[in-house]
Amino acid sequence: MKFRAKIVDAACLNHFTRVSAMVAKLAKICTLRISPQTLNFILSDKVAGGGVSMWCELEQENFFSEFQMEGVSAENNAIYLELTSENLSRALKTAQNARALKVKLTNKHFPCLTVSIELLSVSSSSRIVTHDIPVKVIPRKLWKDLQEPTVPNSDVSIYLPVLKTMKSIVEKMRNLSSHLIIEANLSGDLNLKIETELVCVTTHFKDLGNPPLASEDASQDRDPEQMAEVRIDIRKLLQFLAGQQVNPTRAVCNIVSNKLVHFDLLHEDVSLQYFIPAFS
Amino acid sequence: MKCLVTGGNVKVLGKAVHSLSRIGEELYLEPLEDGLSLRTVNSSRSAYACFLFAPLFFQQYQAAAPGQEALRCKILMKSFLAAFRSLAMVEKSVEKCCISLNGRSSRLVVQLHCRYGVRKTHNLSFQDCESLQAIFDPALCSHVLRAPARVLGEAVLPFPPALAEVTLGIGCGRRVILRSYQEEEADSSVRAMVTEMSIGEEDFQQLQAQEGAAITFCLKEFRGLLSFAESANLSLSIHFDAPGRPAIFAVKDILLDGHFVLATMSESDLHSPAPHRLVPPLQAHSTPHLDDFANDDIDSYMIAMETTVDSEGSRAGPSIPLSPGLRPPCSPGPYSEDNDAEPSTEPGTPPPKKFRSLFFGSILAPAHSPPGPSPVLAEDSEGEG
Repeated sequence: MKFRAKIVDAACLNHFTRVSAMVAKLAKICTLRISPQTLNFILSDKVAGGGVSMWCELEQENFFSEFQMEGVSAENNAIYLELTSENLSRALKTAQNARALKVKLTNKHFPCLTVSIELLSVSSSSRIVTHDIPVKVIPRKLWKDLQEPTVPNSDVSIYLPVLKTMKSIVEKMRNLSSHLIIEANLSGDLNLKIETELVCVTTHFKDLGNPPLASEDASQDRDPEQMAEVRIDIRKLLQFLAGQQVNPTRAVCNIVSNKLVHFDLLHEDVSLQYFIPAFS
Repeated sequence: MKCLVTGGNVKVLGKAVHSLSRIGEELYLEPLEDGLSLRTVNSSRSAYACFLFAPLFFQQYQAAAPGQEALRCKILMKSFLAAFRSLAMVEKSVEKCCISLNGRSSRLVVQLHCRYGVRKTHNLSFQDCESLQAIFDPALCSHVLRAPARVLGEAVLPFPPALAEVTLGIGCGRRVILRSYQEEEADSSVRAMVTEMSIGEEDFQQLQAQEGAAITFCLKEFRGLLSFAESANLSLSIHFDAPGRPAIFAVKDILLDGHFVLATMSESDLHSPAPHRLVPPLQAHSTPHLDDFANDDIDSYMIAMETTVDSEGSRAGPSIPLSPGLRPPCSPGPYSEDNDAEPSTEPGTPPPKKFRSLFFGSILAPAHSPPGPSPVLAEDSEGEG
């Protein structure tokens, strides 16, 4: 297995740093999948994570000026690594004024993702920062649990409001309740509701717009005013919103009534899918 | 004792107290002929810090009332720091600071004269004490590094604030290397990230050390002096010797000098019993140029797939513990076969107490101490009267 890649463009580096910071907020430990065309950050829906799952994908050629990888074998040309996301995020943050950044898979007594940064320096000699991020190579037999989740047939699909606004509202609601109900309909209405013994609070978002539905049948049967709802753990929603430092290019929320909420975001050219199951 | 600090020097004094507070809980204040000395030592006596402010630093300086002996006192660091808690406030509104020791009322009085006629007076109780002395001589150290504080500040930037220890050494091509030091736990399933910063010799005003020389010390304690040096825009010099011998960090200008003496890990501390010790040779990363892929040692990337991911599958060169001082001059290539030092496999020992007391180590292990006076000694101020 081999992996080495290089970033020389400052904008690409900053974008990659932002992506890793977002992943670090969403998953403490995640899987990095390296394949010839893409990089993925994956959190699979294990019980340990509370059933939350994440699939983040980026095209490697949008970031790296050089990219070489050799997977486990020719048929299975991919590398799956488990790492602590914060390590990668921290390492990339030190590359603020970097001339070049290199990432490679190395073996220093145990497998590491080595991030090598050449810093711009006032003096003639360059400064080099190296981070060895310990990783665990995930064996092939476990790959099946780490595949792209199938997008469920949702009852309602709606564009999200400005995430910062949503986050500040959910933050306040969190003080009152540990569960939250997200409901939306095909008329562009989205509500965030909490219900406790003492009080019910609902925030209404209107005219959000709905993306065109994939399947024709669903759109015909459903009353546009009818809400699809799901009750979720408010902390999971908050964790997701806290990870979005920048407002995405596109943000869609898909609700499967009483089962699941699926957030489908696009940050420029990086796609993020986040699944929060209904609170059981 | 009575001294008056005015203008920008009040903030400098405040900053020094903040630095000292990173080390110890008690502040030893001693007015001397050549200035006011503020000293502290940490509880395990593995770090000692001292600032000496020359009489010129003060608008008025009187070490002792005529005919009287100078009073030495020991105060709670927290109490003294309270007067300088907010440096921003100090800078903005304090015009003068008057510190006086009143033997009769046994109070140390710190009076801040602020803008708009506001006067803040802190009456701190103190204890008489013996002088806190540490005997050390930077000139006796074989290695010296000196650089503007800014360079060292940038050097420690990549390291997380929580990192406890760091290894400083000279690598290939006379590059100065700083590497995070991690205690390797035998059963750790979650290993820590290792960060290394490599700086060229040209960034240093003085570099008198041979390749391979290295010490490991407490980064948190060092940051105390570093932040002072950065704010005062001074150069910081680091004097060190063999591992285990204390390292001296010093700043100096005409009005003040500061010394932080920190214990360093000794050879035996560095040779941990854990089998998978991540102490790659210091020179492994010391390449001055970001090498092209073509020069990389391909083998170092190959990872045997279906074997366990422990180091049994390692294809890197022999694991070489950091043994500065004993290491031959570095050889080219990251994983050189020339170094034949093997990691010592000591039988399982309890986690070593990392930093031996600066003040007692040399007394307890006479075999290792150099001939002549022990490098660092301090009288226990609680002990003999």
